[in-house]
Amino acid sequence: MPMSTIKRMSNILWHQYKTIFAHYPLALMGLVGVGLFILVALLAPWIAPQNPYDLMTLDIMDGLLPPMSKLGTGTTAWLGTDAVGRDILSTVMYGLRISLFVAFSAVIVGTILGVLLGLLAALKGGWIETIIMRAVDLKVSFPGILLALMLLAMFGTGVDKVIYALIIGTWASKARLTRSSALSEMQKEYIDAARLAGLANWRIMLRFLLPNSIAPVLVMLPMSLSGAIGAEATLSFLGVGVPITEPSLGLLIANGNDYLLSGKWWISIVPGLVLVALVLCINVVADRIREHNNPFLQPRG
Amino acid sequence: MLIYIAKRMWQSLILAFIMSLIVFMGMFVVGDPVEMLADEDFTEQDKIDLAIELGLDKPLYEQYFTFAGNILQGDFGVSYVHNRPVLELIIERLPATLEIALLAMFIGLSIGIPMGIYSGIKSSSKPSRLISFLTTVGYSIPNFWQALLLILVFAVFLKWLPASGRGDTNPLFGIEWSLLSIDGLRHMALPAINLAIYKICMQTRLAKSGTQEVLYQEYMTFARAKGISKQRIIRRHLLRNILIPIVTITGLEVGGLIAFSTVTETVFAWPGIGKLLLDSIHMVDRPVVVAYLILITLMFVFINFVVDVLYAILDPRIRYQK
Repeated sequence: MPMSTIKRMSNILWHQYKTIFAHYPLALMGLVGVGLFILVALLAPWIAPQNPYDLMTLDIMDGLLPPMSKLGTGTTAWLGTDAVGRDILSTVMYGLRISLFVAFSAVIVGTILGVLLGLLAALKGGWIETIIMRAVDLKVSFPGILLALMLLAMFGTGVDKVIYALIIGTWASKARLTRSSALSEMQKEYIDAARLAGLANWRIMLRFLLPNSIAPVLVMLPMSLSGAIGAEATLSFLGVGVPITEPSLGLLIANGNDYLLSGKWWISIVPGLVLVALVLCINVVADRIREHNNPFLQPRG
Repeated sequence: MLIYIAKRMWQSLILAFIMSLIVFMGMFVVGDPVEMLADEDFTEQDKIDLAIELGLDKPLYEQYFTFAGNILQGDFGVSYVHNRPVLELIIERLPATLEIALLAMFIGLSIGIPMGIYSGIKSSSKPSRLISFLTTVGYSIPNFWQALLLILVFAVFLKWLPASGRGDTNPLFGIEWSLLSIDGLRHMALPAINLAIYKICMQTRLAKSGTQEVLYQEYMTFARAKGISKQRIIRRHLLRNILIPIVTITGLEVGGLIAFSTVTETVFAWPGIGKLLLDSIHMVDRPVVVAYLILITLMFVFINFVVDVLYAILDPRIRYQK
């Protein structure tokens, strides 16, 4: 990509960023929060006080300590420890990693799949469109959480299975949105021009239709991401999500659940607060982006 | 209209058929029932006998017909764990799920709609901004974690309300309801609030966006110009018009409530069908899982059918669409 294109792109992004977030401190805070969470997740192995899954570093004597306790090794567990002496701060950092990994993979793959199917339906029409759109109808008539439960009940659990289940939860709405915006794009003359120029269908689809009809899907992405994070956490909390060897935030909350009634609140509440903060940050950003793109909600006058 | 209904019904039947195929295939992919049922001292010959007894030696389509035929006769098999007919188990637990779902929906509507109308009319006031922030927060807190917080605050710290179980029940039409006893209501409070929080947020948003759209319609300006009192405008002109989307979405959401009650029921140990599903998944009680999936699928197909027909009654344009 030539330098000038990159510069133009970054100019557009900067302009977009300013019009969306300037004068909206809450949304900006959300954006900063999301950035921080992603950073912590990426850097977890280097900045976490302890590797909670390295059994050598754990000491059962350190188990169930409240926040601010000193561990046997002399370090302080700022947020307490769990039943086998893992530092909660470290488990949460690692858990954030898994939660975000699952949600991002599912949303990215699901969106690509949905957009491609939506474009295909719009471009090809006929029985291909009928099959794709019937499948969309089938999917959206079921609540996502129930569909995921069904799939996990049938195919078993695991990180990969959760990602598949969430992909199936994501693609349909994207396909529907893409198709409807692609259909209205196809009425326009540049598509006719491209057809007359003899371009192949797939080329029209990727080169012209895709960039022009993807905007509504992009607007929805943050919403899908927070939805996927919440869904993964719910499934893992219910014990049908990620395995115990790779605990996400949801599973950490479930682990602490057994100690909640005996007053050892930190094991469950700390990962819960992080989860809520993460989803809240994303939703604040998502709300702002949606509001920005909704012409009906523009200030009147 | 009859033609439209017949067409939708036909589509619903196809939908139910496809879903039953998916569930059947899922079962078939999941592993070998013979391995699950066989004792450790089974010989190879015993396993083959068992397979024949279960009908697994027959071709796939024949197995599907047996499976579908049994379901159509209301025979969902016997639970491995409870050793009772599955249908009986599910029907026994259905009222518990229905009563918290209905209570939650009632709470959601009666708080959400007034809040939404208020914040739609006074969209730039301070309380309205607070409401819209609170709904975002409500949306952002995962259902199960809300449940944990409710237990922690109201059951562990304040000790006001019980955290699990159904409490006393009283019979009505031969079914036991917690709604009809004080102790039962106390047990219902936390799970119902837990289910309702999401509903409240959703209804608030729906009512708010509806209000904002209706507010600038010409008939509203006209009503104001006629000098009708504010109360009357809200009740007769605004409420009636925003109610249409709210009613249809609420109808669709009955299914959503029952789906989400799996989470709530599990956390609060509420003995409904959602908890039954999760327990059965954990204990690999396959007949129960399959029956639940099939029944819930049929329910959704039915709800969608009813909503489609209602739409067609409310909006004649849909009926004549090709």
